[in-house]
Amino acid sequence: MIRFLVRRLLLAVLTLFAVSVLSFLMFFALPKDPVTGMCPKNCNAERLERVRQELGLRDPLPTQYAGYMKGIFVGRDLGSAQGGRCDAPCLGYSYVNSEPVTDTLARVLPVTLSIVLPAAVLWLALGVGLGMLSALRRGTLLDRMAIGFSLTGASLQLYFVGAVLLIVFVYQLKILPVPRYTSIFENPLKWAGGLVLAWVALAFLFSAIYARLSRAQMLETLSEDFVRTARAKGLPRREVYGRHALRAAITPIVTIAGLDVGSALGGTVITETTFGIQGLGRTAVDAVRGGDLPTIMATVLISAVFIVVANLVVDLLYAFIDPRVRLG
Amino acid sequence: MSLSPVDGVVLAELEHSGEPPVPPPGKRIVGRSPGQLALGRLRRDRTAMVTGVVLLVFFAVALAAPLIERLYGVSPRTQFQDQLDGFGLPLGYAGGVSGDHWFGLEPNLGRDIFIRMVYGLRTSLFVALAAALITTVLGVVAGILAGYLGGWVDAVIGWITDFALALPFFIFALAVVPTVTLRFYGPRDAEPPAFRVVVVIVVFAIFGWTATARLVRGQVVSLREREFVEAARASGVSLPHMLFRQLLPNVWAPILVSFSLAVPSYVTGEAALSFLGIGIVEPTPDFGAMIFRSIQYLQADPAYVFFPGITIFALVLAFNLFGDALRDALDPRSARS
Repeated sequence: MIRFLVRRLLLAVLTLFAVSVLSFLMFFALPKDPVTGMCPKNCNAERLERVRQELGLRDPLPTQYAGYMKGIFVGRDLGSAQGGRCDAPCLGYSYVNSEPVTDTLARVLPVTLSIVLPAAVLWLALGVGLGMLSALRRGTLLDRMAIGFSLTGASLQLYFVGAVLLIVFVYQLKILPVPRYTSIFENPLKWAGGLVLAWVALAFLFSAIYARLSRAQMLETLSEDFVRTARAKGLPRREVYGRHALRAAITPIVTIAGLDVGSALGGTVITETTFGIQGLGRTAVDAVRGGDLPTIMATVLISAVFIVVANLVVDLLYAFIDPRVRLG
Repeated sequence: MSLSPVDGVVLAELEHSGEPPVPPPGKRIVGRSPGQLALGRLRRDRTAMVTGVVLLVFFAVALAAPLIERLYGVSPRTQFQDQLDGFGLPLGYAGGVSGDHWFGLEPNLGRDIFIRMVYGLRTSLFVALAAALITTVLGVVAGILAGYLGGWVDAVIGWITDFALALPFFIFALAVVPTVTLRFYGPRDAEPPAFRVVVVIVVFAIFGWTATARLVRGQVVSLREREFVEAARASGVSLPHMLFRQLLPNVWAPILVSFSLAVPSYVTGEAALSFLGIGIVEPTPDFGAMIFRSIQYLQADPAYVFFPGITIFALVLAFNLFGDALRDALDPRSARS
């Protein structure tokens, strides 16, 4: 178990390191002059030169990379124009937003979390529940409806579903406000009201995929010998389906759920664009439009961290659910 | 494909019919006896036939776009400003639907939606097919190499696959596309519209090959120890012959299925990138870009979003259903349940 853990951890660290190097190279080495993107029009040569100096773009690349990494782990001193001392998780200073990138992230991360986490609970409950139910009631009307639901959902696009939801509930029926983020600590009701459409849209599309997947998994499990044995030795249905079969069927779903939640946390770019909510994804889009390198770099890194961590959690969960993994 | 006696061993095992290997004339399914059987199963499948016809219509429309433009008499770039009201919204019912403009006009610019969608279909299908083709070829080569050679080749390819999974696709694409464009054209030069199409395809190629590679690798690993591989090795065939003449014909079926399911995912991927403003750019007509623009008019002109939205849904649904049917036809064990 320990060996398994350590190996997974090392691999995760290695992956994150590679992501950071790759994105660093892409943003700071690939463009002819990274600064031109930062102030495309009204910048005189003098200011450009100063920005270049402050960002340390004249230094050799490894030095720049080392400086950036040092900023993340122990903090570093930026030029006075960048707000001076920048503490431990320092991701640089954004000229476009005129604030340290960490501050921007601290503002937008709760937004993305508020979109993804409730939506994930919804889509898992709905998708897995529907999938299991339709597997147990195979061939019935409910099963056929569930199949139709998952086929439709798997072919729909979030921006289209979102647009339709907006038209119906916000612009025509006028029963919901225009989506907006309010902190949950400020007003929980407003928080839910402003995000509920995003949850529904995400949950609808994802639960379609999960319904299909968990139905297939459950059907496969139900045909296994151990399920028959459990039934034959007289266990009640509830026990067999709820405990024996469910546990076996749910393992692959945990894997995919972990990955999906991880990558969704890394930026629900499309959801945020459709509903006009300023979260991590939207911030990344704006940063790209404005050529705001430090912010782009930070968003890529943080999304990668989410995915890698989600992967790690999945592996651990897997080892917990399925003892064979631990031994292998 | 090849004349090797072990062709289609996977499928042949499922169908011990012993038919002579007569290739079916000029069909998509590779001409072997099991292929013929699969085609027969596909023919009997009503879903496959219906979605197949729908897809053919979509392809025909996309191919015949200039012809349709001539018959329809409206160009995708003409602006009908005289048919918009003072706020730039189309006059008339449901976004200006009329005999001249079947799906109405775009708010503000006043271009015809129908003909833009015809051309948008072209962009969409071209990008999706090209991306699916490139990723499939890359994935097959990488997967077959990793699966057959094993060892460090397998380890390296496996690690790259895992690594690509850890990259947040949209955000990465978001960051790559402008950087690459800037590299080639600088901030002030106008980039030709075709350039973006190429960039989008390349982005998909970089991210997309890993799934196919995994699939093919898994299949090849299970074939590697089979007698026919051993026999071929004993008779001293070259590596390319082993990979592409012995192994490849036996993994055709899953590759074909994954290809047919990759196309719709690239259709949606391309639309999503364009929706975010980093895919296809104006003036090239595109579904994603249309939907992005329509989001601003949800309140004033709700009809606008429905035409591209429903079309892309129908296209993707048809592809998905057809892909499922193809899977059932090629592998009867996994009957759609």
